[in-house]
Amino acid sequence: MQRKFTLGLSSGLLATLLSISSSSSAQNTTDDIAKYREMIADGNPSELYEAAGEELWKKPAGPKNATLEKCDLGLGPGVVKGASAQLPRYFKDTNKVQDLESRLMTCMQKLQGRDPQEMIDAPFQKGPKKDMEAIVAYVVTLSKGDKIKVSTAHPKEKEMYELGKRAFYFEGGPMDFSCASCHGEDGKRIRLQDLPNITTQKGAAMGWGYWPAYRVSSGQFWTMQQRLNDCYRQQRFPFPIYGSDVTIALSMYMAKNANGGTVETPGLKR
Amino acid sequence: MKNIKSLLAITTFALAAVAIQGSANAQQANDPKFNKMMKDGFRAEGIAGLDRIDQDATQKFCSDPMFANSKQAEKMREKIQKMNMDSIKQPSDGKYIGDWLNGEKIAQSGRGATWTDKADTPVGGGCYNCHQIDKKEISYGTIGPTLWNYGKLRGYSQEVVTYTWNRINNSKAYNACSNMPRFAHFKLLNEQQIQDVMALLLDPASPVNQ
Repeated sequence: MQRKFTLGLSSGLLATLLSISSSSSAQNTTDDIAKYREMIADGNPSELYEAAGEELWKKPAGPKNATLEKCDLGLGPGVVKGASAQLPRYFKDTNKVQDLESRLMTCMQKLQGRDPQEMIDAPFQKGPKKDMEAIVAYVVTLSKGDKIKVSTAHPKEKEMYELGKRAFYFEGGPMDFSCASCHGEDGKRIRLQDLPNITTQKGAAMGWGYWPAYRVSSGQFWTMQQRLNDCYRQQRFPFPIYGSDVTIALSMYMAKNANGGTVETPGLKR
Repeated sequence: MKNIKSLLAITTFALAAVAIQGSANAQQANDPKFNKMMKDGFRAEGIAGLDRIDQDATQKFCSDPMFANSKQAEKMREKIQKMNMDSIKQPSDGKYIGDWLNGEKIAQSGRGATWTDKADTPVGGGCYNCHQIDKKEISYGTIGPTLWNYGKLRGYSQEVVTYTWNRINNSKAYNACSNMPRFAHFKLLNEQQIQDVMALLLDPASPVNQ
């Protein structure tokens, strides 16, 4: 209750800040958002998702009535701390490069007996995806402050990176957009929104390092899969399938480029 | 003997250099694995069908910027530009300049053509997403150049008018891999709407030219 109240108050504050700044310059708006981030840094609404996620992690569920506590996110069964800082990575048991969400689907299938297709088909923010989002919030919070450290030592990891790079530059749709149309140069904006240059380490860390995040504008916690999905929507592409290789390849490209940057997840976004 | 050896060494080196140069500047090879990943990675949703990832020649060329920007690709760039130039139609009624007030509305809207839009959702020009236009609008993007005082700075000659018409209709006619959408080619804006956007830039009465 206390938190909800604070949240409402801070959202109101942001609206006020934004409306004040609309009469001033673009730079000031960016500054105001930074100020707002600072103000609620101790109370990122993602904490609500994180707490729910921790509960879901430890609660027996699915046809096998098992918990996710033995899930191997790459650092061994049950190790959550620091795991998402090193994802995506190659997993021997699936013989695949997986990002956090595709890996969690594997754990839900193997440990709990849940059908991944239900997760893939569910809309964001609803049903099984809602559980996924909470679990993601829990997992990524436990890497906050770690260095991004993604490997391309395995041939499949290297291959995924190269596929992701190619996907990043792939133009299509009625507007000829690729990821690079917006994220391939330094210092660009769409309207007032600063665009990180994901082809550079600094820009990739600005993007990859801050997602998943709580989005103030939608009042929702967004996973990386949802973030990519909305990029493709705005690119006027067809719908990227949840957990598909193209989404993992792009994540690999971003994460590897961001190596050495700091994990700031869950981030707080406009 | 020694001479032959060094000649051989030089030749080998030269061949290797050519091979490296060649591979760095050839257009990226078709990759069945990549094609499959793209094909399996998307599904149709609403108005956004899978045909949207079937690339045309321009999109394919520009998806390999390392090659597209290279000296080797110069001829190909020109070919792509000519192809796009040839597709441009001049206004059917001979009118280039419409209503700037409506042009401003089109420039403001970035809506349309996504899978959450309907087929009849009007598509905006999205101009302010990337360009500064009327200085009164402070929320503008910087991917494209500023268009403030567009006509005032360039004049209102037929040459400027035709160039601007062509550029809005199909920007790839001048720069094969321009970031700007091909508004006429993909029917994002109709002739009337393009005339209105033209007026925003080239009507001496438009706020852009004050």
